[in-house]
Amino acid sequence: MSDRLTIAVPRGALFGGTLDLLDRLGIDTSEVRSNDRRLLFAGVGIVTMRPSDVPTYVEHGSADVGITGKDVLLEQSQRKVYELLDLGYGHCEMVVAAPARGDPIGDALRRLGRVRIATKYPRVAGEHFAATGRQAEIVEVKGSVELAPLTGLVDGIVDLTATGKTLEENNLRAVETIAASTARLIANPVAHKLKAEQIDAIVEGIRT
Amino acid sequence: MTGEDRSVAGGATTSRTRLPAGTRDVLPEEMRELRAIGGRMRQTFEDAGYGEVHTPALEYEEVLLRGDVGAAGARYRSFDEQGAVLALRSDMTIPIARVVATRYADAGPPLRFSYLAHAWRATDRGIGEPREFLQAGIELIGVPGAEGDAEVVALAVAALDAAGLRRHRVGVGDGALYRRLLASFRVPEEAHLPLLETLSRRDLVGLEGQVDQLELAQDEHDLLVRLPQLRGGRDVLDLAESEAAGAPTRAALEGLRVLHDLLAERGVADRVIFDLGLVRELGYYTGAVFEVYDPAVGFTLGGGGRYDDLIGRFGRDLPACGLALDVQRVHLAQAAEEALR
Repeated sequence: MSDRLTIAVPRGALFGGTLDLLDRLGIDTSEVRSNDRRLLFAGVGIVTMRPSDVPTYVEHGSADVGITGKDVLLEQSQRKVYELLDLGYGHCEMVVAAPARGDPIGDALRRLGRVRIATKYPRVAGEHFAATGRQAEIVEVKGSVELAPLTGLVDGIVDLTATGKTLEENNLRAVETIAASTARLIANPVAHKLKAEQIDAIVEGIRT
Repeated sequence: MTGEDRSVAGGATTSRTRLPAGTRDVLPEEMRELRAIGGRMRQTFEDAGYGEVHTPALEYEEVLLRGDVGAAGARYRSFDEQGAVLALRSDMTIPIARVVATRYADAGPPLRFSYLAHAWRATDRGIGEPREFLQAGIELIGVPGAEGDAEVVALAVAALDAAGLRRHRVGVGDGALYRRLLASFRVPEEAHLPLLETLSRRDLVGLEGQVDQLELAQDEHDLLVRLPQLRGGRDVLDLAESEAAGAPTRAALEGLRVLHDLLAERGVADRVIFDLGLVRELGYYTGAVFEVYDPAVGFTLGGGGRYDDLIGRFGRDLPACGLALDVQRVHLAQAAEEALR
């Protein structure tokens, strides 16, 4: 941990919004924007990574603060990081979705007493079904979750959706909303104390 | 065992050679360094009049539960030949409270004890998180309020100096402050625990959402949201005073201010970060709470606080304050500092 702030920036859907935010804070992101493959931008204190890796780097202190989706934080709720701000952008919803025709989830629960659910968010999915008293077998997949119910692997999925378009194109529909997600600013607990002034400057800069 | 045998056995670790999750072997090179660090901290405590005690690793679970209903994370249980439940201690504070109430039932306070001992805590977290850890710690019994707190904080700073750290800091808060605020704002009792739980994770977004739903007056709402963000030097206490003129905060802030002045007398005030949102997870803290940091690493090195009710639960009503440092983490921080030099 050096004395200047290191910021973990998520590549992917939150990348553009995050760089715009950093621009507004007076952090020069031109180098990051023009460099697709480089990951570390020491000159401006930025490291780029997958959104799901941001809590890992921030928890360890390799980055002091970071930006990632609430969906990631819900799934990695064991991480010791502080959640400082709801940044508002990157809105999407974590939903239970199933084939649009009929009610495969309800059918499975009625006839078999359990439902099979594919997801990249096994913890959130498992807790959601447990909290609603339904027996669910969670199947973790890494790639396109939409494929799983179409091939008969599962009865439904738990996934993120922003517009519902991908679901629709695969003849799926959202049947339950689990949580809404937006981009969040998170901080390492030790950095939050030892670099309080720099972190507060960012928080204030975003607020105003 | 020949080299060939080893490579075969190394391919798949069998249950014959596996270690329980979160435990590990320490080999000579690391052991020498851990011993050196632990030894220097132990000597610092001993020189300050904190005599070292040893207590059994196993206690009756009933004893640990009397100290803290959650038994502070004690998860490893066994039975004795009469069927009584035994548990591996999860910290040294509860066993020492038991010692004070039984073996020092008539001794005049203050009492000062130190330890260099293992404790065990099961975690639900990821692979590799230690569950057996070596703690170097102190307990100061019978010195109430800021005076006792200052002695404990200053000695912890000195022990880390002796361990070879240079940039360590101690976060200081009041573990009862937020609870008292909630009570004074007449927040329903059933809402306290969820709020404190969110606060202890420092989920400030979630906290603001929960406070929004309480339907409080604007200034009360703002104070509950703002307080956990206040941290820094002595000026933070003045800032908090100006933002929260109310009586419930005044006593706590005054206590922290006195603590600051006492730490200044001991020459360690600049090592302290006041953190008004600091709450520790353990259930028995009643006043000041501490966490120890080093800028070279992203995790806390230890913590502690004031627990004025705990020893009374074992039959002797005495105020007390203590702090424990994780020796392995101190070692990691010392190595990280060394790498930066």
